[in-house]
Amino acid sequence: MHNFDFAKPSTIAEAAKALAADGAQALSGGQTLIPTMKQRLAAPGVLVSLTGIAEMQGVCMGDGGLHIGAATPHAVVAKEAKAHYPALAALAGGIGDPAVRSRGTIGGSIANNDPAACYPSAVLASGATVVTNKRKIAADDYFQGLFTTALEEGEFVTSVIFPIPSSAAYVKFNQPASRFALTGVFVAKYADGVRVAVTGAGNDGVFRWKEAEAALSGNFSADALSGLTVDPDGMIADLHGSAAYRANLVKVLTGRAVTAAG
Amino acid sequence: MPKDHGIGASLKRREDVRFLTGRGVYTDDMALHGQTYAVFVRSTVAHGRIKSVNTAKAAAMPGVLAVFTGEDFKDVGGNPAGWLINSRDGTPMREPKRPVLAHGKVRHVGDAYAAVVAETYAQAKDAAQQIADDSVIEELPAIVDMKAAVADASNRVHDEIPDNLCFDWGWIEDNRAAVDAAMQAAPHKVTLELVNNRLVPNAMEPRASIGEYNPGTGDYKLTTTSQNPHLTRLLVAAFVLGIPENKLTVVAPDVGGGFGSKIYHYGEEALVLAAAKKLARPVRWTAERSESFLTDAHGRDHVTKIELGCTKDGQILAIRTETLANVGAYLSNFSTATPTFLHGTLMAGPYKVPHVYVNVKTVFTNTAPVDAYRGAGRPEATYSLERIIDKMCRELNLDPFEVRRKNLLTPDQFPYTTPVGLVYDTGNYQATLDKAMAMADVSGFAKRAAESKARGKLRGMGLSTWIEACGIAPSHLVGILGSRVGLYDAATVRVNATGNISVMTGAHSHGQGHETVFAQIVAEKLGIPESSVEIVHGDTSKIPFGMGSYGSRSLAVCGTAMTKAVDKIIAKGKKIAAHMLEASEGDITFEDGKFQVAGTDKAKTFGEIAFSAYVPHNYPLETLEPGLEETAFYDPANFTYPAGAYICEVEVDEGTGKVDVVAFHCADDFGNVMNPLIVEGQVHGGVGQGIGQALLEFTTYDENGQLLTGSYMDYPMPRAEDVPFYNVDYSCQTPCTHNPLGVKGCGEAGAIGSPPAVVNAVIDALHRGGHTHVKHIDMPVSPSRVWSAING
Ligand SMILES: Cc1cc2nc3c(=O)[nH]c(=O)nc-3n(C[C@H](O)[C@H](O)[C@H](O)COP(=O)(O)OP(=O)(O)OC[C@H]3O[C@@H](n4cnc5c(N)ncnc54)[C@H](O)[C@@H]3O)c2cc1C
Repeated sequence: MHNFDFAKPSTIAEAAKALAADGAQALSGGQTLIPTMKQRLAAPGVLVSLTGIAEMQGVCMGDGGLHIGAATPHAVVAKEAKAHYPALAALAGGIGDPAVRSRGTIGGSIANNDPAACYPSAVLASGATVVTNKRKIAADDYFQGLFTTALEEGEFVTSVIFPIPSSAAYVKFNQPASRFALTGVFVAKYADGVRVAVTGAGNDGVFRWKEAEAALSGNFSADALSGLTVDPDGMIADLHGSAAYRANLVKVLTGRAVTAAG
Repeated sequence: MPKDHGIGASLKRREDVRFLTGRGVYTDDMALHGQTYAVFVRSTVAHGRIKSVNTAKAAAMPGVLAVFTGEDFKDVGGNPAGWLINSRDGTPMREPKRPVLAHGKVRHVGDAYAAVVAETYAQAKDAAQQIADDSVIEELPAIVDMKAAVADASNRVHDEIPDNLCFDWGWIEDNRAAVDAAMQAAPHKVTLELVNNRLVPNAMEPRASIGEYNPGTGDYKLTTTSQNPHLTRLLVAAFVLGIPENKLTVVAPDVGGGFGSKIYHYGEEALVLAAAKKLARPVRWTAERSESFLTDAHGRDHVTKIELGCTKDGQILAIRTETLANVGAYLSNFSTATPTFLHGTLMAGPYKVPHVYVNVKTVFTNTAPVDAYRGAGRPEATYSLERIIDKMCRELNLDPFEVRRKNLLTPDQFPYTTPVGLVYDTGNYQATLDKAMAMADVSGFAKRAAESKARGKLRGMGLSTWIEACGIAPSHLVGILGSRVGLYDAATVRVNATGNISVMTGAHSHGQGHETVFAQIVAEKLGIPESSVEIVHGDTSKIPFGMGSYGSRSLAVCGTAMTKAVDKIIAKGKKIAAHMLEASEGDITFEDGKFQVAGTDKAKTFGEIAFSAYVPHNYPLETLEPGLEETAFYDPANFTYPAGAYICEVEVDEGTGKVDVVAFHCADDFGNVMNPLIVEGQVHGGVGQGIGQALLEFTTYDENGQLLTGSYMDYPMPRAEDVPFYNVDYSCQTPCTHNPLGVKGCGEAGAIGSPPAVVNAVIDALHRGGHTHVKHIDMPVSPSRVWSAING
């Protein structure tokens, strides 16, 4: 690790100011950023911690659904979202291990947009709104490929608003080493249709499986998927599974998520 | 009532008090006055010619005290291989010198070619990066695949070795023609090609070393993560740096696991010693986890073709194997013994097979060195054998339990000389098979399979009947076979004047529990409480000598040396007692801690005798030296041969290919058991590693020799959720016939016997599910591999 300066603002406005400085970078739970710095792959001049900002903490119902502060750790979401959005709480409770869940945050996760991360699938399947210090971004516009988002220079996530579905489930198949999602599928059923978001599988990161959405919107059962195939083209192929294997997982896990959602 | 003390008692490990309360003292915990930090500059390419290493800028950086390159160690001796293997044509193996720091060429990613010592770790790290930036290494094509390595003579890991072959070994070469003929004549022949996957040892504590030098006395000290400090001292002294043995102390304090990887001497140890001398200050180094992945000696990595000839009813007639074994870029200390004498000699298993022939070609590649890892050669042999027997059963539609029973040696056949050169002293393989079958409720399997099916899972059962050879010996035989070391061990038993005892053992404990078990044995023999016995290990300045801990040898070899030293104490005690009790020595008995004149109530306690030995007022000084301390060296007459039967049940999810081990039953014969709790723990750990190898762990280099599984993001280690509650039994006991405790080794058994049981169970599940086209899946049997096999 190289030396750096450290700032811990207590308001969004202060954070925005600190992050405008040259070489400044946001630090949330640090579960991704700190290991990268230890390996000397990142060397920000100033780390601006977002965890001391009260407005960016916590889980509560509000306009448009469930509001989760961007600096809320996974463990808190697992506990406090349970009554409102059990599938989301279960997803948070299945991330990493207790230490990771105590530190890692939803804002850090969706800002990083790791192609194998869990949260992006929930955000996309829920049609959630990503709130930043500058604007509100629809989930469909927010995720823009591997480790890429709509966030601009100096912009940071302050909260995420999840509309509550009538039923939903997340099924994750663990990558055997990292226990991130080798493939994970989030299915959410709303009055106006079903949304299916897939993480871990796509070369361009999280994506919606629109054919499944159409089929499930008519018939919300695993059987509705039987005629569908997933094209391996565009799927990740790595040490842990081929593109064909991931394409298979997308279908199998979607079926299981539908069954679990009930 | 189970015993609560002495031999056979399930005492909790005394060392766990310090380990579990954070009071263990590991190498990296030691803070020394004036200490400095070493950081190594490691190759980022697998194969390259070093054009220039420019250290000038680095040397001028803040805090930098010294800089070393391969040139500085060009003339020091190399780190040798401990076993000379001759090829089939009689020529000796090719033995390239293993340098402290690479010069001329770098040969694997992670190969260190320079080092920096600085006042702080960060300064050393910055300077190391500077050297990397200022060096020119011309990348050469990497040699990664073993088959390609031996096929392409133009590309060489070591320029002087034309075909990348270390040796081509035949065992037993004289039997080759007879084995070929038997194979030819066999009514049925089975062939299987398999990979024994390369494993990264992943000890919890990374390697670490501290070098110290005292210019006032010329004494060196190396504190290091070692499984055998005496061997390290010997290698550094006699081969690498030429420091006189009596000027070098090697200390291996608490060591957080080794699994083989810490048996060997590594260049970092030599570097910190040389740097400490140069600076006259302590020099320390602790591996980062990524350095461990890249530079700890890896395990396994065999590609094998095995053939088996048999009758139509499953009587095995002949076995023949051809193996390519990877040694990586350099020969690590046991790397030549592991794929040969620890592997080929086990290829008859626990069976009566008349004809066996083993061929091993050992290959240099641009990958990390490969050496002994928990089981060392025996897991490779056991896996090949137990997989092909299973394949034979499927091809001939025979019951795998009955086929094993038919081929197992029977108790009346011991001692039994195998066609691959071992003499099994004793065993009862039917007993462990029966026991395992009862534990596993084999007859109830159909019901369990139906229940799994109702939950959408395919259930399968796999068996392995294994044997292993541990406590490698005797020295005169291994000497004939090419070993460059003896394989005895030593212990000193020091009775202090106040009657308590310090035992100095050559065996080093790094997770095994010696401090508890060895104390139990001494306590039992002397009739004193365990709390009076202290076990001292891991310090060459305190211990007479030792060959360290590996190959499940500690108890059978060092424990026996200790037992013999205790016997000498008792013999001397009898002499002292005879004098004090005015009786003749022959009339003195020793029992329950009392020396007694037989048939009388005249007696002296052990404590009284000890006191008298050190305060010899009433003592036979004219015939007996005062003091009560004895040392014994013990060189075993033979290996010990633990054996057992393992039954694994798995559930396979056809949709994802995921395998869950749902039951694992172990019936082991370890001979007499000194501490059942510790034995069970050893089996748990071993089976856990075996399940890891079978289902999860793989080490993948890409075609450029980059390690793709170089962190826990990609290298899967088994976790609690990956293993079942084990069902372990050790009640079948045929005591070893040639050591006084009747013990065999138990440390590696789990890792040896379990992988084939797991894989056999997976294949069984797939066949029961109708996927009969799946003949084999290479380890690790990962979800994607299972799914591909089903759908392939
Ligand atoms: C061992 C381990 C296991 C894990 N397992 C899983 C898993 O199973 N599933 C899963 O989904 N994740 C997993 N993670 C990731 C973890 O859950 C975190 O979500 C992730 O590390 C990022 O969150 P963080 O709060 O730690 O972000 P940080 O590491 O602090 O930051 C990550 C990046 O996001 C930026 N950033 C942080 N907050 C914001 C913000 N509010 N606005 C804009 N940019 C921001 C930072 O500058 C940095 O670039 C695992 C991590 C570890 C270490």
